[in-house]
Amino acid sequence: MTKLIPNLHPKPGDEIRKTTCYMCACRCGIDVHVKHTDQGDRISYIEGNRDHPVNRGVLCAKGSAGIMQHNAPSRLRAPMKRTGPRGSGQFEEISWDEAYEIAASWLGPIRETAPEKLAFFTGRDQSQSFTSYWAQAFGTPNYAAHGGFCSVNMAAAGIYTMGGAFWEFGQPDWDRTKLFILFGVAEDHDSNPIKMGIGKIKANGARVVGVNPIRSGYNAVADDWFGVTPGTDGLLILSLVHCLLKAGRIDLRYLRDFTDAPVLIDAREGPTKGLPLRDDDGHALVWCRREQRPRCFDAEDVEPDLNGAWEEDGVIHRTVFHALAHKYLDAQYAPEAVADRTGIPASRIRALAAEIARVAFEEAFELPIEWTDFRGRTHATMQGRPVSFHAMRGISAHANGFQTCRALHMLQILIGSVEAPGGFRFKPPYPKPATIHPKPHCKVTPGAPLDGPHLGFVHGPDDLALREDGTPARIDKAFTWENPMSAHGLMHMVISNAHAGDPYEIDTLFLYMANMAWNSSMNTAGTMKMLTDTRPDGEYRIPRIIYSDAYSSEMVAYADLILPDTTYLERHDCISLLDRPICEAEAAADAIRWPVVEPDRDVKGFQTALIELGARLGLPGFVTDDGSPKYRDYADYMVNHERRPGIGPLMGWRGNGEQTGRGDANPNQLDRYIENGGFALAHIPEDAQFMKPWNKAYQDWAVSLGLYDKPAPYLFTLWCEPLRRFQLAAEGHGNRQPPDHLRPRILATFDPLPIWWNPMQDHETEARFTTTALTQRPMAMYHSWGTQNAWLRQIHGRNPLYVPTDIWRREGFADGDWARVTSPHGEITVPVAHMPALNANTVWTWNAIGKRKGAWALHDTAPEARKGFLLNHLIHELLPPREDGMRWSNSDPITGQAAWFDLKVEVKKIAAPADGVSKPQFDRLESPVGKGPGQLEWVVK
Amino acid sequence: MTALPASTNKKLGLVIDLDTCVGCHACVTACKGWNTQNYGAPLSDQDPYGDASGTFLNRIHSYQVEPDQGLAQTIHFPKSCLHCDDAPCVTVCPTGASYKREEDGIVLVNEDACMGCGLCAWACPYGAREVDEAAGIMKKCTLCVDRIYNENLPEEDRVPACVRTCPAGARHFGDLADPDSDVSRLVQARGGVDLMPEQETKPVNKYLPPREKDTLQAPEMSGEEDVLAPFLAPVAEEPKGFLGWLDRTLEKL
Repeated sequence: MTKLIPNLHPKPGDEIRKTTCYMCACRCGIDVHVKHTDQGDRISYIEGNRDHPVNRGVLCAKGSAGIMQHNAPSRLRAPMKRTGPRGSGQFEEISWDEAYEIAASWLGPIRETAPEKLAFFTGRDQSQSFTSYWAQAFGTPNYAAHGGFCSVNMAAAGIYTMGGAFWEFGQPDWDRTKLFILFGVAEDHDSNPIKMGIGKIKANGARVVGVNPIRSGYNAVADDWFGVTPGTDGLLILSLVHCLLKAGRIDLRYLRDFTDAPVLIDAREGPTKGLPLRDDDGHALVWCRREQRPRCFDAEDVEPDLNGAWEEDGVIHRTVFHALAHKYLDAQYAPEAVADRTGIPASRIRALAAEIARVAFEEAFELPIEWTDFRGRTHATMQGRPVSFHAMRGISAHANGFQTCRALHMLQILIGSVEAPGGFRFKPPYPKPATIHPKPHCKVTPGAPLDGPHLGFVHGPDDLALREDGTPARIDKAFTWENPMSAHGLMHMVISNAHAGDPYEIDTLFLYMANMAWNSSMNTAGTMKMLTDTRPDGEYRIPRIIYSDAYSSEMVAYADLILPDTTYLERHDCISLLDRPICEAEAAADAIRWPVVEPDRDVKGFQTALIELGARLGLPGFVTDDGSPKYRDYADYMVNHERRPGIGPLMGWRGNGEQTGRGDANPNQLDRYIENGGFALAHIPEDAQFMKPWNKAYQDWAVSLGLYDKPAPYLFTLWCEPLRRFQLAAEGHGNRQPPDHLRPRILATFDPLPIWWNPMQDHETEARFTTTALTQRPMAMYHSWGTQNAWLRQIHGRNPLYVPTDIWRREGFADGDWARVTSPHGEITVPVAHMPALNANTVWTWNAIGKRKGAWALHDTAPEARKGFLLNHLIHELLPPREDGMRWSNSDPITGQAAWFDLKVEVKKIAAPADGVSKPQFDRLESPVGKGPGQLEWVVK
Repeated sequence: MTALPASTNKKLGLVIDLDTCVGCHACVTACKGWNTQNYGAPLSDQDPYGDASGTFLNRIHSYQVEPDQGLAQTIHFPKSCLHCDDAPCVTVCPTGASYKREEDGIVLVNEDACMGCGLCAWACPYGAREVDEAAGIMKKCTLCVDRIYNENLPEEDRVPACVRTCPAGARHFGDLADPDSDVSRLVQARGGVDLMPEQETKPVNKYLPPREKDTLQAPEMSGEEDVLAPFLAPVAEEPKGFLGWLDRTLEKL
């Protein structure tokens, strides 16, 4: 037999078009290979862009499977209006013109009379600077994206403590770190950079430590695994702090010069007790060791004293550091005292603390880079501290998440590693002090825009979003006494509040890219009921629902009007410095998406549809003086919109094409981005790459790029002043007072120094609810909306409940068995699997694998619809009733972050169901797109 | 029956680092994307939107490992054809469709000659071959033979799709017959191993074992932290003493 000579030189495509991935939130650069065919341009292969700052050529499972997202049979085809009852999935396709007319006929009258009756919430939206601009122009206070049910604790705790957090805000110094400690689930934030980083630091001989109840993913390759009891990360961290303090293994010079550790705290009884002392200009005061008097923290020759004390009028004002040392040296934080609760033996806690101390101080190094700080002092070198940390949802999604995230930031500040070589490095536009972020705005004027941006950072009771009568101004009750510092809003409370008419009734719920009728809501069955519930007059309690999605998700069935979005390869997008850019620690960067192929359906990018709708409603900013549309589409907006003079959504090639950051609109800007591979880069000067909050060279560079309008150096704030201001209110000080029932909780949880409490205690309503149940998204699906993806669902199409050995044995489980899982809120029947590498009292499953029959163009035989399940059915948006009958929100009392991971359950073996199907099950939705084909032989000729 | 070459000039293969493979499946879909589009018949998927079952040339398996001492572990284990020197899948092939290339050692299937009998899949001890249900022929890893010599690709891209895409850098490609190649040096340095050597198939691909895990263990102590000296020796037991230490230390800064 002659050997076939295979074609060794196939061309991947006729052309490479470079754009930005959107298979998750990581936003890698991709090379899309396109073939010119008889049916038009078709995509033949997708791989990573080697020049791209985020992924440098690599690409994850999601990115490489993008071709199956692009051709998914679940793609919506045209605008639709509902014909059957809500929740049935019965629609008729309509024209875009009719769709816009319907939307405008609902929204126009609301805007003229009561703009707050529109609630506009976007899910995994990456165009929030645009969608919020639209909502502000409309005039409703009811706008946010999905951060409130994702990771607002991490973001807000980082910003309030050090002016930025992990992921989009910064990254470990992968080139120099020697010890990398990862807390909790973080498989998507970042996706590829963390994988690349772990590979790189392991090659460098660094140690990777995973602190996570579940040893999967990054924790599987961690050199050391700490299988912490869920919700106790904060306690573990404070015990590490205790060990480091006791051993004097902290960076005193760093604490003295760059943090509020030497700032004096007001010791006088009264309305200012516990607040940092300030001079008349608002500068925090420190005790100057040299002059033995209080002075401004930023005076050029000040010598702050960490142990300073100022005796004034019979009281002694002491430093933040004094309070901190007293608090954490207490024996309650000793490893022996926390070992049982954290599930980590005292000896291992000590070993981890010792390793942090060893690497931070024994492997310390200096980079020979001269730099000048904000006090005008020049340093010959930059002090390296090669210990870095990362964390995301795992520690965020508990009710104690804000304080836990603060504790983690405090730990890295105490060892002096934040912004130090080898430690954690910010990415532009961060660092940025909390005080220069906007505050929330909520003043509604019929027929006019809102008085400012919706979301922001509050610094005390005066900044809350309350109406004159003290009731919440927002439908999600963000920025109220229940969760004052809810910087990202509370999307997870919108439907239940709107259904209850509390704090008021709304007319139209407008959602984008958020599967609220399924996996993005707690209490999924209850949410579906709320969406379909009617008033006595027969009208829906939430009268109108507009939804935009690219795919036939479960939420589609619950809308009255559908605006079909494109796939990510058919659209314009900007990943903007105004929003959530793709910067690296060494460069500012932003990026675009552009239609590398045209849609073959009657669909439009959501942002373009919103621009058209804005023009039809005559919204300011969307029409010219003569009332004609200001922008043709989103691409036009990306180029020509100016947020401030000379500052637009994209930083690259402004003005004459040679300006970066600041400059006039350039009509050729998008072409220049496309020529450059879809992104723009602006490198940070070498002497500005570290110590950025205090580094004059960085501050000046940031101003030149337009990140700030003037230099904004600041001290890291171990002492969180806004928390103390809310405590003062709860003590009775000030005009704006919390309701009495919330005073004890505010006093207990708003400690200006990080604290820990057991977030599960409110869930342990019966002795049998002893096991914590968690979810995580698999790496190959995180944020990828992946179930309709023919390749990815073959990797993760099943989600058993993973059970640790102790419970496996106790229940006598065997392979193929089933369990009934019960929580205070509900019960589910699910298949189980054994997993020894798991915290002994924790069960978990892959999140959002379970699907409802009829959704996502899946057949009824799909394992996701038969055996798949959601833990959401066990989680309520409210806590179980308290003794007084009140039900508090199941969220962090500070930020309102949804406490997904505080779920306590009982796991019991039961006989396998006769039908082999998990429970609960719901009626099949009618599919507006039919079902996918029975076989794929995917090739583009 | 089909003969193997007496020897091959090169032994091209993969070195897979089990210490850094995070189990992300990037290699799985990059492989699927390249190989459904290129080399022979597409990699079909049956019931792709129902109870799906499709053809993949590379899959990741996850195992739980419970050492006698210490904590349980999760190991991610990518597996594809290992391009064995003594490839039983070749010698068992009744039509000569399966063959091993003399020039580089890659094991391929001539799809025109394959009748889909499946004998090779039975013979492979690694389960690395899959019959494509739509095409009725055997599919297997080609080591991206249509990438590694491909003059239509930039030179730096002439590596298997799985290697090019691996975010953690856990996959390496090269000539394992050359003791000075990067991959051979890596195998040497890290103690790379054969998969199931007792099968005597002499696989070309090698696996680098995980580093020793969970070594951050301190002996149980009764408050005597200076066992860990100098890293955690206490400067004081009480806050007052600590602040004294602080003053003394600040004096020296």
